[in-house]
Amino acid sequence: MCTVCGCSEGQTVIEGHAHSHEHDHEHHHEHDHSHDHDHDHTHEHASDHSHDYGRGPARAHAPGLSQSRMVQIEQDILSKNNQYAEANRRYFAEHGILTLNLVSSPGSGKTTLLTRTLTDLKSELSLSVIEGDQQTSQDADRIRETGVKALQVNTGKGCHLDGHMIGHALDTLKPEEGSVLFIENVGNLVCPAGFDLGEASKVVILSVTEGEDKPIKYPDMFHAADLMLLNKIDLLPYLNFNVEQCMEFARRVNPGIKILPVSATTGEGLEIWYQWVRAKRQVSLIGHPGIALTG
Amino acid sequence: MHEMSLCEGVIQLIEEQARAQHFQRVNTVWLEIGALAGVEIDAMRFGFDVVTKGTLAEKSELIIVDKPGEAWCMQCAETITINQRFDSCPHCGSYQLQVTGGEEMRIKELEVV
Repeated sequence: MCTVCGCSEGQTVIEGHAHSHEHDHEHHHEHDHSHDHDHDHTHEHASDHSHDYGRGPARAHAPGLSQSRMVQIEQDILSKNNQYAEANRRYFAEHGILTLNLVSSPGSGKTTLLTRTLTDLKSELSLSVIEGDQQTSQDADRIRETGVKALQVNTGKGCHLDGHMIGHALDTLKPEEGSVLFIENVGNLVCPAGFDLGEASKVVILSVTEGEDKPIKYPDMFHAADLMLLNKIDLLPYLNFNVEQCMEFARRVNPGIKILPVSATTGEGLEIWYQWVRAKRQVSLIGHPGIALTG
Repeated sequence: MHEMSLCEGVIQLIEEQARAQHFQRVNTVWLEIGALAGVEIDAMRFGFDVVTKGTLAEKSELIIVDKPGEAWCMQCAETITINQRFDSCPHCGSYQLQVTGGEEMRIKELEVV
């Protein structure tokens, strides 16, 4: 394990990094420790906290027993990831960058949708991509063919990207001020839901070749997303997919979710998705008047 | 879900605490896991045993404290108990619920030497 930040070794591979750990992004470790007070002086009053002995759960007072003690921690298990995500979020805010975390199951057409989006938007917006996959840099290669800069992060045995990997990736990728950064997460509808990367929104992509009940089968992800893109709608005539039912399921787990039916192949509905991206970017630019004028 | 990496997170926090609070071994770990946290308890136990090998928490006992899922029903204007995120209100059947509890994933306390 890396002793500086605790990332496990030889698992995550960020393109161009030989796991060198330069760590130039800020890690804000806020250690909330509650210090235990061991009183070795004698207390006059008759209370049971006079000495450290017997403070273990068994309240044993037999001599010679090891003195175990209780330590209150009350720390969120994901607090480490959340600290990294918070540092990323601060970085995005300072640079007026809109970051969208794209999540879906494998095979939903996420990369196709993304390459189409990049091709259509690159003339008006500054764009970059972080690609997450277990192995290979095939997706980043596909993205680079559009002319947009992309960085592949291979998670190795991991099933999701985490805030720490994104922090490292930002050091290398250096997205421009006022740009839009797309993070294509590992194809997985479960784990990426719990790991904040510092993004403005999660966008979940569901294709009509999957079941309409996916939103209630994988509720955490649909609950965490702000927008759902219902992809491959050009195939609807050949399928037995109930769009209304699917939307109803999605709203059941997340009453506030926006749903846009699209087809990355025919282009249907994509202009509305682009409007959503532009609107989100305008929000990210608030407080950055210089960028808004030129961008 | 990603129980293995959660266990790694637990060990990281314990090791940090060990340095700060000067303890060498952990005998018992109390984790508070909410019903809506998306954590499979059996997988967590398995992952914990594997991940703690060779650490100061090796062979320590893992005690899981359950927390029920709670939500605020906007129709009934009261707090109800739910088991899953897409459950409806047991009183009125509405899905307009705001989850208020049960998403916890916390290390509560440790028994250390």
